[in-house]
Amino acid sequence: MMHTGRIHSLETFGTVDGPGIRFVLFLQGCALQCRYCHNPDSWDTQAGELRSVDDILREIEPYVEYYRRSGGGITVTGGEPTLQAPFVDELFRACKERWGLHTALDSSGFCEPSHAQALLDATDLVLLDLKRMDRDAHRELTSQPNDRILRFAKHLSERGTKMWIRRVLIPGWTDGSDELLELGRFIGGLDGVEKVEVLPYHRMGVYKWHQLGKAYPLEGVMEPGPEEVARANRLIGQGIEEGKRELALLVAK
Amino acid sequence: MAITEKDLNRAAAAAAPADGWRGFRSGRWQRHVDVNDFIGLNLTPYEGDESFLAEPTDATLELWDAVLELMKKERQNGGVLDIDTETVSTIVSHGPAYIKRELEKIVGLQTDAPLKRSIQPFGGIRMVDDACKAYGYELPEATRKLFTDIRKTHNQGVFDAYTTEMKLARKAGIITGLPDAYGRGRIIGDYRRVALYGVDRLIEAKKEDLLQLETDVISEDVIRAREELSEQIRSLAELKTMAASYGFDVSRPAANAHEAVQWLYFAYLAAIKEQNGAAMSLGRVSSFLDVYIERDKREGTLTEAEAQELIDHLVMKLRMVKFLRTPDYNELFSGDPTWVTESIGGMGNDGRTRVTRNSFRFLHTLYNLGPAPEPNLTVLWSTRLPEGFKNYCAKVSVDTSSIQYENDDLMRPEFGDDYGIACCVSAMRIGKQMQFFGARANLGKTLLYAINGGKDEKLGIQVGPALAPLSGETLDYGEVMERFDRVMDWLARLYMNTLNVIHYMHDKYCYERIEMALHDREILRTMACGIAGLSVVADSLSAIKYAKVKPIRNEQGLAVDFEIEGEYPQYGNNDARVDDIAVAVTESFMNKLRKHPTYRNALPTMSVLTITSNVVYGKKTGSTPDGRKAGEPFAPGANPMHGRDRKGALASLGSVAKLPYASCLDGISNTFSIVPKALGREADTRVRNLVSLLDGYAASKGHHLNVNVFNREQLLDAMEHPENYPQLTIRVSGYAVNFIKLTREQQLDVLNRTFHGSV
Repeated sequence: MMHTGRIHSLETFGTVDGPGIRFVLFLQGCALQCRYCHNPDSWDTQAGELRSVDDILREIEPYVEYYRRSGGGITVTGGEPTLQAPFVDELFRACKERWGLHTALDSSGFCEPSHAQALLDATDLVLLDLKRMDRDAHRELTSQPNDRILRFAKHLSERGTKMWIRRVLIPGWTDGSDELLELGRFIGGLDGVEKVEVLPYHRMGVYKWHQLGKAYPLEGVMEPGPEEVARANRLIGQGIEEGKRELALLVAK
Repeated sequence: MAITEKDLNRAAAAAAPADGWRGFRSGRWQRHVDVNDFIGLNLTPYEGDESFLAEPTDATLELWDAVLELMKKERQNGGVLDIDTETVSTIVSHGPAYIKRELEKIVGLQTDAPLKRSIQPFGGIRMVDDACKAYGYELPEATRKLFTDIRKTHNQGVFDAYTTEMKLARKAGIITGLPDAYGRGRIIGDYRRVALYGVDRLIEAKKEDLLQLETDVISEDVIRAREELSEQIRSLAELKTMAASYGFDVSRPAANAHEAVQWLYFAYLAAIKEQNGAAMSLGRVSSFLDVYIERDKREGTLTEAEAQELIDHLVMKLRMVKFLRTPDYNELFSGDPTWVTESIGGMGNDGRTRVTRNSFRFLHTLYNLGPAPEPNLTVLWSTRLPEGFKNYCAKVSVDTSSIQYENDDLMRPEFGDDYGIACCVSAMRIGKQMQFFGARANLGKTLLYAINGGKDEKLGIQVGPALAPLSGETLDYGEVMERFDRVMDWLARLYMNTLNVIHYMHDKYCYERIEMALHDREILRTMACGIAGLSVVADSLSAIKYAKVKPIRNEQGLAVDFEIEGEYPQYGNNDARVDDIAVAVTESFMNKLRKHPTYRNALPTMSVLTITSNVVYGKKTGSTPDGRKAGEPFAPGANPMHGRDRKGALASLGSVAKLPYASCLDGISNTFSIVPKALGREADTRVRNLVSLLDGYAASKGHHLNVNVFNREQLLDAMEHPENYPQLTIRVSGYAVNFIKLTREQQLDVLNRTFHGSV
């Protein structure tokens, strides 16, 4: 079977979305509309270029040595890659079969677990973005509530999939003390979380909103400084410890 | 009775004057001038990490402060601190001079005061005169007269012999940057020989060569060789005189590490006092010097801090090398570069690495003294280098953006294991090979000549061969290629003839006596041609082939702009459709160069390197069929045009790595800029990823990589507040510069280039 995928773009030298040097494939189409999105041009599910798995494999092939030497692999991101799960599944399986590459899925988690079983079987690592813990605030920020996302996270935990949890730190939006503690507690209750990354909000995607003729919703929001990132890491860490203690208590009972 | 190793060593020790060779393993090097044999036998490869390195001494810090203060004054003074207009520079022209004598472990300056520039008129008096005027000095009338009416210069010789066509091509800028008014440089004396053998032994060997040249037929070649050898011997004697003025006797071999560094530096100093060459490179000295340092350490006479101090003080001197040059020379080669290139690392043919502790010490100067463009530290990268050294190199790159990498696995089979880089990317066997530097031809303009029937699109006059101009509404690939081929034929012939004139005259009027004294008698000479605008040509031809390109013609019928309909594959995305065009163009032009006879039977070679002249080349070239507008800069070296490499760094590197080294033996320059966080989130990840990137590029046969790691914002700030960034160093095509010394135009060009990972 040969699936095609809607492709937004690709990057042959990715170093921040998973371990080592990675081929990063950006898929077109997303179900969320996050106010801080730096790739709003990747939302439209009808745009992009249709390309086959083989076609993408040919794009990867020249660089496999780089990915292997560095302990890297392939990351599929977006857009939202789980919207095109069968395509990504086939791509991941081919990468493993041909070159033994490490595979990472960068997802918002806005996906019914049942739709992604095969894909998750071929995925070594999920980069999961937990944007807000508060349900209403999540909807305000991204246009959707977070129930499904949290359910997806728990599902990954249960099936033993490795995760890197990420939080984009937006001053005034996602950096409240209670919010960060709550995020930590949630992470503390998960298995398989290898890394938690606080990503400072940046404004480098603003021009894309303007290019698309859209008003930028976070006008006036500042980029957080290193102290704010450190504070967030501290609070999340504290939450994780609490979450783990709660879990231990629960198990003890 | 069999001779044992011990007997040999004893014999060697007895033969060595002043005990300079004590403790060294004996071999061929004792009977012949053969530094590489000495290194192979006596090297201590180092496989560890940087933890042994020492901090700068108090003397180093105090001395460097004094130098920084002088450099600041130099900047405030408009780029030149002072000029000695009275004394023509020679090896012995100026007596001893110091920065702070009591602190300096390594001594020797070009003139009678630090950073004071000398006049070196043998390449051309006009350059000296103009430079003096530009900085507010007046050249004495007697000197001007002497080098105009009485003693001819290289520059005058060249223009006596240039043909009408050559002068026109030069004016149109289809060949530019030619060393016809200044010293050609790119010759590396084997300065190590002075330390290992002492000058007397070298003079003896040269005298023996002279005797060998008492042949039956004293032909023109023999006459020239005899005159050159005699000049070389004279220069070696002058070297002794200069060293003696500082209180050192370099007639004998160096007896310890301190002397080895000092002897070697004196030899280099003699070269730069005699020659104002475009690139005055140092060679490959660090691991050679390590042998002396290791011996002193074994004997308990030198500590690590003292060893580092010797290297710090040597490097400080190398950072102070200054030549008097004109502002328009600066437009071609900006930032006052001297290309004191030192090649570090690499592998030996015996399979052992040539990395030593001293390879680390040289890189460590970038911390002890802070980042700097000179010396031009060049790591000879092999995938087999020790991991500790690879990691340290990557760390230094991330922290300082001050080093460049060249593929030892690609060069070693061509040049052996004792070659060095002259200037930016030109490999040559040390002491056994030199090049005739040939600057570069503008292939972008060549393509326009093919379209416009040999007429120059800027001057509006016939410069190239008078072919019928292409008159169709859209450009036809087959037609354009056929014309392009013919114009390249014409260019290759004209270019080679021009270089022959230049180097004939340079040998005659501006011969590099001391540098050639530190070479073997029989050497390989290369005629190092070069091309600029490769990515412009590849993309233009791709556009003509895969899209529709309509020329827009002026009233004279010359295509002055182009309209492109549709998409076309662009160089820099690892796309064979266009990369193959780039490969074919380099191979084709190289083959055309090979067809022409060369001065002194030099071997023709070619580089894909622009230095910073990509800006000035762009300025002189009209709009091109790839969509580049008239006057816009070319991409530097072999780089893709900025913004056109859209698949990330590896695809961009992949395109460049396809260019065949066999057709570009004088080097293929690629400048790579990346923002720190695009290398990874944590410091150790960045180092690991950069090492993997360099290994991968080397394995895919890429030749050269400048690595810059910084944010665009930092450069913008440096443009606004240069005073805060006196040591901000960036790599440009093949060398490094202080960012704040670039012209504003060049700063903008750097800012406009692709920064991998910026969004």
